[in-house]
Amino acid sequence: MLSRVANELYWTGRHFERAENTARILDVTYRNSLLPYQLGEPGLAWAAPWAVPLISTGLATAYYRKHPVLSAENVLRFMLFDASNPSSVFCSLRAARESARAVRGAITSEMYEEANASWLEMRGFDYDHVQRVGVQGFCDWIKMRSHLFRGVTFGTMLRGEAYHFLRLGTHLERADNTARILDTKYHILLPSAEDVGGAVDYYQWQSLLTSVSGFEAYRRIYSDVITPRRVAELLILRRDMPRSLHACLTMINDTLKLLCDEQNWELERMAGELHARLEFGRTEDIMRFGLHEYLVDFLERIYALASEITRRFFAPTA
Amino acid sequence: MQVPDGTIRDHYRPFADWLARTPPDRIAQKREEAERAFQRVGITFAVYGEDTGTERLIPFDLIPRIIPRDEWAMLERGLKQRVTALNAFLEDIYHDQRILAEGRVPRERVLGNAQYRPEMRGMNVPGGIYAHISGVDLVRAGEGEFYVLEDNLRVPSGVSYMVENRKMMMRLFPELFATQSVRPVQHYPDLLLENLRAVAPDGGDRPTVAVLTPGPYNSAYFEHSFLAQQMGVELVEGADLFIRDDTVYMRTTRGPQRVHVIYRRVDDDFLDPRAFRADSMLGVPGLFSAYRAGRVTLANAIGTGVADDKSIYPYVPEMIRFYLDEEPVLNNVETFRCYLKEHRDYVLEHLDELVVKEVHGAGGYGMLIGPTSTAAEREAFRQRILAAPEKYIAQPTLALSTCPTFVESGVAPRHIDLRPYVLSGKTVNLVPGGLTRVALTEGSLVVNSSQGGGTKDTWVLD
Repeated sequence: MLSRVANELYWTGRHFERAENTARILDVTYRNSLLPYQLGEPGLAWAAPWAVPLISTGLATAYYRKHPVLSAENVLRFMLFDASNPSSVFCSLRAARESARAVRGAITSEMYEEANASWLEMRGFDYDHVQRVGVQGFCDWIKMRSHLFRGVTFGTMLRGEAYHFLRLGTHLERADNTARILDTKYHILLPSAEDVGGAVDYYQWQSLLTSVSGFEAYRRIYSDVITPRRVAELLILRRDMPRSLHACLTMINDTLKLLCDEQNWELERMAGELHARLEFGRTEDIMRFGLHEYLVDFLERIYALASEITRRFFAPTA
Repeated sequence: MQVPDGTIRDHYRPFADWLARTPPDRIAQKREEAERAFQRVGITFAVYGEDTGTERLIPFDLIPRIIPRDEWAMLERGLKQRVTALNAFLEDIYHDQRILAEGRVPRERVLGNAQYRPEMRGMNVPGGIYAHISGVDLVRAGEGEFYVLEDNLRVPSGVSYMVENRKMMMRLFPELFATQSVRPVQHYPDLLLENLRAVAPDGGDRPTVAVLTPGPYNSAYFEHSFLAQQMGVELVEGADLFIRDDTVYMRTTRGPQRVHVIYRRVDDDFLDPRAFRADSMLGVPGLFSAYRAGRVTLANAIGTGVADDKSIYPYVPEMIRFYLDEEPVLNNVETFRCYLKEHRDYVLEHLDELVVKEVHGAGGYGMLIGPTSTAAEREAFRQRILAAPEKYIAQPTLALSTCPTFVESGVAPRHIDLRPYVLSGKTVNLVPGGLTRVALTEGSLVVNSSQGGGTKDTWVLD
């Protein structure tokens, strides 16, 4: 497969997944912002849940350059529609469609049509539309477009290199995003120390789980109160939880085994090592190390892995 | 569709009956459905001169253009004959130049032509084929005879619309195909691949074919990706290829892979910055050297433009007689060459009757249509012709045939042309049909999509 084509497929996967996860982060933020006590505690970070999506995606600086004031509307405009924010849903869906268009010969017609239709619809939406359908309604639409693209990919595409590169992009992006979403809890200060383990804490964890479609799974697996330890276990170490870091790394590791030959030993090793840490890691160790510190370390490793993938497969070889 | 007295021509009757039976709102609904489907599939073309990335649909008309069996048999014979002669001409002018030596085509028109590539002199191409894909523009005029307007031998486009239009018609109106036998065209990509494989350099038993595109911002990008996908070959950009030891390779995730045949949709000038335009970012440095070494086949060959140039066009019937010893099946339009004094004088006196075209122009730009022109436009062309007579030719305005077409006010006749695609490899062949373009503006003779033209499905009946 052409290196350029592999690269575009990888980014088609990443951009669609990023659009979905941005919607998930905004969804959880919106739910958090509806919790009652923030009004009583001005000045605390908790009073500013809308800062969370900016911090967790690393976009705070870019945001404040454009908007001096933090508000729900500004953040939603910036994260959903801003053409100057390369991670906005608008830009992600456009980039996904442009990449798909650049390689439409390598994907099925149905896949291109799905990517194209998503972009054509997105192009017609604005903030007024979000107000009409509601933040959750709009986030659901974005997730649905991503589900459709993934579904049509799964249902129509030949299981060859093209498929593997697309899936590689999807799961790398998802691993990165799940780690970021989980880390949002770190950035949300509780109003006071007594609230740890209290109602506020509970609702925050609950909305976080919901945003990664994990609340129902949590109930089913643990049938018990929500604790940080269990959420961490579910979203990091559970192999059967499709958005967990472990599940993502299993996919990445398996995919790379199919794509690599003996020249790519270092890449296989990096993926294998990261996978092994999740396969054999223990929740207690993660909590002792510090959840935030663990996630920061993970994000660095996933970044290094992505760089090596780019170097190995996409960098032009003469 | 109709003969001058208003009766419907036989081969259109079943369709006309169907149209009369079908309620207008059903047709309207189908038109909307077609538009949505084209937009969704992304069958768009980029418009130059507007914002980068502007994409438009080419208007699609639901009423097919229908060609009866006998008429097609004649066209097919004529097209094969013409393209065979044109290929023989290209081979000759890049080798022995017999036709020039015998004075059948003026030497300076060929050798002094900007499209003639001296770099190609003495080089052998597989099978002696230069124009592997030819798009010959035809019109039906006067008493119903066909005329060739133009031979497109460089990178003719539009064939994807031929295939997609058929797909659309079968989707919208399957009942029409169940009751009439329309010959299929959708196997064009298979035929193309077979032809491209047939001209691979010697020594490869499973030659690798690739389609070379200038990239997603090219107006015909949809077609490039469509053909690559339909043939199951890679769609490459210049930067995906590199040359080592006069051999062309693609950069792949598993290292370099050799390419034997390139169906290139990039113009000659941009193919290789070392051999042609140095500022080209679209080409592959060293490609021409690999080509000359016979290590890769380019389709079409470099330097075919000289044979479809409007200043050479008047000599095509002569080529057919010279190389094939046959009389031309298809008519040429009478062409006045302004570099000849007596032709020029005639043209300047009859500007209001003639169509004046730039010799190197394409896409319907830079032409004067005498009967609909203003005095100021004619004067401007007079000055241009006098300043550079060799740059212009003129032709009589043909009474082009029309085909009923959906327009704002209902169904009305509009002028059409036809571009069949002739493939040359081991044999010369073509699928029954082509792209019918329609001038949507009343009275207009310009069918180019860049000038507001639309397309129709083309039916060859069995």
